[in-house]
Amino acid sequence: MSIEKFIEENERKELLRFSTAGSIDDGKSTLIGRLLHDSKNVYEDQLLAVKKVSKEKTSVEKIDFALLTDGLKAEREQGITIDVAYRYFSTPRRKFIIADTPGHEQYTRNMATGASTANLSIVLIDARNGILKQTRRHAFITSLLGVPHLVVAVNKMDVMGYSEEVFNRIKQDFTGFAGKLRIPDIRFIPMSALVGDNVVERSERMPWYKGESLLEILENVYIASDHNFIDMRFPVQYVLRPDMSFRGYCGQVASGMIRKGDEIMVLPSRKVSRVKSIVTFDGEVDCAFPPMSVTITLENEIDISRGDMLVHLHNVPIVDRHFEAMVVWMNEAGLDLNKSYFIKHTTKLTRLRIDELRYKVDVDSLKRMESGLLGLNEIGRIVFTATTPLFYDSYDKNRATGGFILIDPISNNTVAAGMIIDREPVDKLPSRITGNEPADAPMTRRDSRVLPDERLKRWNQRPATVWLTGLVGAGKTDIAYALEKRLFDLGAVCVVLDGENIRLGVNKGLDFSSAGMAEHLRRVAEIARLTNGAGLIVVCAFVSPEASLRKQVAEIIGKDRFVEVYVEASAEWCEKRDKSGLYAKAKSGDLKNLAGVNASYDAPKNPDIVLPIEKISCDEAVTVILNMLRDKGVFPCRSY
Amino acid sequence: MDNRGYSITHLRQLEAESIFVMREVLAEFERPVMLYSVGKDSSVMVHLARKAFHPGKIPFPLLHVDTGYKFSEMYKFRDKFVKSIGADLIVYKHEQSGKVNPFDYGTQKCCAILKTQALLEAIKAGKYDAAFGGARREEEKSRAKERIFSFRDEFGQWDPRNQRPELWNLYNARVNKGESIRVFPLSNWTELDVWLYIHVEKIPVVPMYFAKEQDMVVRDEQLIPLDGPVPLKKGEKPERVMCRFRTLGCYPCTGAVHSVAKTVPEIIEEMMTVRISERSTRVIDHDVEGSMETKKKEGYF
Repeated sequence: MSIEKFIEENERKELLRFSTAGSIDDGKSTLIGRLLHDSKNVYEDQLLAVKKVSKEKTSVEKIDFALLTDGLKAEREQGITIDVAYRYFSTPRRKFIIADTPGHEQYTRNMATGASTANLSIVLIDARNGILKQTRRHAFITSLLGVPHLVVAVNKMDVMGYSEEVFNRIKQDFTGFAGKLRIPDIRFIPMSALVGDNVVERSERMPWYKGESLLEILENVYIASDHNFIDMRFPVQYVLRPDMSFRGYCGQVASGMIRKGDEIMVLPSRKVSRVKSIVTFDGEVDCAFPPMSVTITLENEIDISRGDMLVHLHNVPIVDRHFEAMVVWMNEAGLDLNKSYFIKHTTKLTRLRIDELRYKVDVDSLKRMESGLLGLNEIGRIVFTATTPLFYDSYDKNRATGGFILIDPISNNTVAAGMIIDREPVDKLPSRITGNEPADAPMTRRDSRVLPDERLKRWNQRPATVWLTGLVGAGKTDIAYALEKRLFDLGAVCVVLDGENIRLGVNKGLDFSSAGMAEHLRRVAEIARLTNGAGLIVVCAFVSPEASLRKQVAEIIGKDRFVEVYVEASAEWCEKRDKSGLYAKAKSGDLKNLAGVNASYDAPKNPDIVLPIEKISCDEAVTVILNMLRDKGVFPCRSY
Repeated sequence: MDNRGYSITHLRQLEAESIFVMREVLAEFERPVMLYSVGKDSSVMVHLARKAFHPGKIPFPLLHVDTGYKFSEMYKFRDKFVKSIGADLIVYKHEQSGKVNPFDYGTQKCCAILKTQALLEAIKAGKYDAAFGGARREEEKSRAKERIFSFRDEFGQWDPRNQRPELWNLYNARVNKGESIRVFPLSNWTELDVWLYIHVEKIPVVPMYFAKEQDMVVRDEQLIPLDGPVPLKKGEKPERVMCRFRTLGCYPCTGAVHSVAKTVPEIIEEMMTVRISERSTRVIDHDVEGSMETKKKEGYF
């Protein structure tokens, strides 16, 4: 072969990334050493150096392939592999990048790291032992990280007399287990890495095996369709403005295809424009697809910054702050439910809070476990709310827009990796209020120079928040304003907060998803707290259907100031009185999440008062509340 | 290098990944700098930086930590190359440069001061929070475990047992004041990839990579060039040898290899037939077993 032809062929190679995982002594390092060696990529002097070291350690004049791969001194001394190591070799058809990861349980995070970029994963099984705990773990992580191809290498067949029966039994066991996982392509190979059977060449010692050798699979497995070419997602990485005449958006196409002239929409602004050009150093191109890194210019000037995303108008990802994900925890310090972590998702860095750890997965049995804790190398299903909306797809559909990492805000460590799932609609996910929403700048509260006692004397009242909860149409708002009027006439100072006056102003833009509702109530609670702080009485009228959210509202306001009033009425009664039209909408399916119709309402267990509103009038209800406020010493103030 | 259907060749994939990494650094750090060592990997890295920010110029300075012992041809090439692409070059020399030398101090000490210490000082002096290096994982065993975004503490040290997990293409760029990240955009390139890319992209490299007849001292099976005042041992005398350099370092410590490869295709051909790994001609890597790992922990690239 002429050198020109050789170079031409080598320029046109494809790239395949694969990860390996195996338990201790499965022979993983031996297999990799064998692949590197047999594909004639172990350089002679490396081989010589290794021969020298192996001799010192074991005094046997045999090449220990593992010494080629276990890079760090500490690992060589302990004889284990503690981190992900990357290896390279190539054949005339493909260049290979191996993410070589350790096998034992405590290195789940390394396995996940290796699998995150892999097209294919090799799970090694020692034929003597069959399927172990760790085998299941590897297969589960392969499936979790969405690696499309899995090769199960049944190693050490030489020790088992190359028995077809042994191989078939392991294959059957594995297939039974893997049925529960989502791996589209699984292949089995009987192998001896030590001797070289079915690694590069097909072995004559196992004529019953009709499949390909490992290297043949690696060279031939079809990977072109592994990329998502349908859903165009272009996360803006960097805005390039070298001079006034050029404004381009740099990025790597995450999925789909973007063409010159395409009409595109920018997220989150939803502004629309057209692709003017796709610029590269080597000239403009008509079309870009993953994993190309390009610079896009648009026909009109739109304000776009890093973290925004260009998409096609008819194919938009989910845009939401609220999402659910499977999470692999990677740090010694376990998950802290009250911490506000950084999330890096595509090119966006923002913060989030944890709404709920729904369950933990026992990787060995694939069973769900109830737990409030998630520690190193554990996997759990978590509901999050980010401080700004993310543009995401489920990881199943799109690895590039479904994966994220969490970063600890104090240590700066990468503490977790997540894969977004969308099995439940966003508005059905649980949410919560937290006092730990991250502030943009460090702040402390100043003490007022007016003392609480001075306020009591001025107003002749104690601050309190009367919280009216009940179904839509129960008459909460009517009661609230009637109460305000009576209090005012009696000389009290009070403020009404209700769904309308809050959502039309302060909370404009918040949606009716569970995350939106939680944020809505959090702000209401904060306003009530401030207003109470000024010595005023606050009357709140909100459906607030979830007991857990009302509890959190009470915590923000202060339990001694929070007065819970349950406006009790049946859904049927409310529907008859309803003027908002919400019941009709909910019944026709146009509205989700209406408490009492298609969402639940948690009636208060121990309210301060229950108002059986179907039986009493609004004025009577107000009188009941006023009596209670007098009994509690709120108004008139009992003493000062 | 045309694309077949909607897939791109391995070189274009490597290129796209390196460009992505560079843009990520520019977007997330305040003061990035690119270490420039004049060698072939540096040439490729700088070329990729031009691509990443085209039609703009490279938006960060190049930093050459100069031991003062580089080959004269390297200095010539450096000045010409940097000028031709319009990049900013900062040259940093340790104050001991010119006093410390490998002949009296030994290679380890000399390297520790003129390279590792000088680099740490240069990064501190420039207040750089990210420094690109052209190191590749394939080069050496301990480099195989290096992250693309490799965290360094305030003393510039690498802790191999406590590295941040690196998944997908989501790089963690968060550091506290004084800490920094070394970034290796060529992590996944092999020596063959580098030469193929130099060939395809016609990237200029120092002519010393190409074979010619030159004066050499043969010592411990290494060909030591006589570019500067190398003290000769007893019985040693220069010989005319047809040879070339596979890697370029300081003249007292960089050996040449016998070769007749005078062009990039000939180098590629030679590489596929002569299988001696490239760093074997660097004297320092062979001092003690695991010496690269030790140096990296201290802050070396």
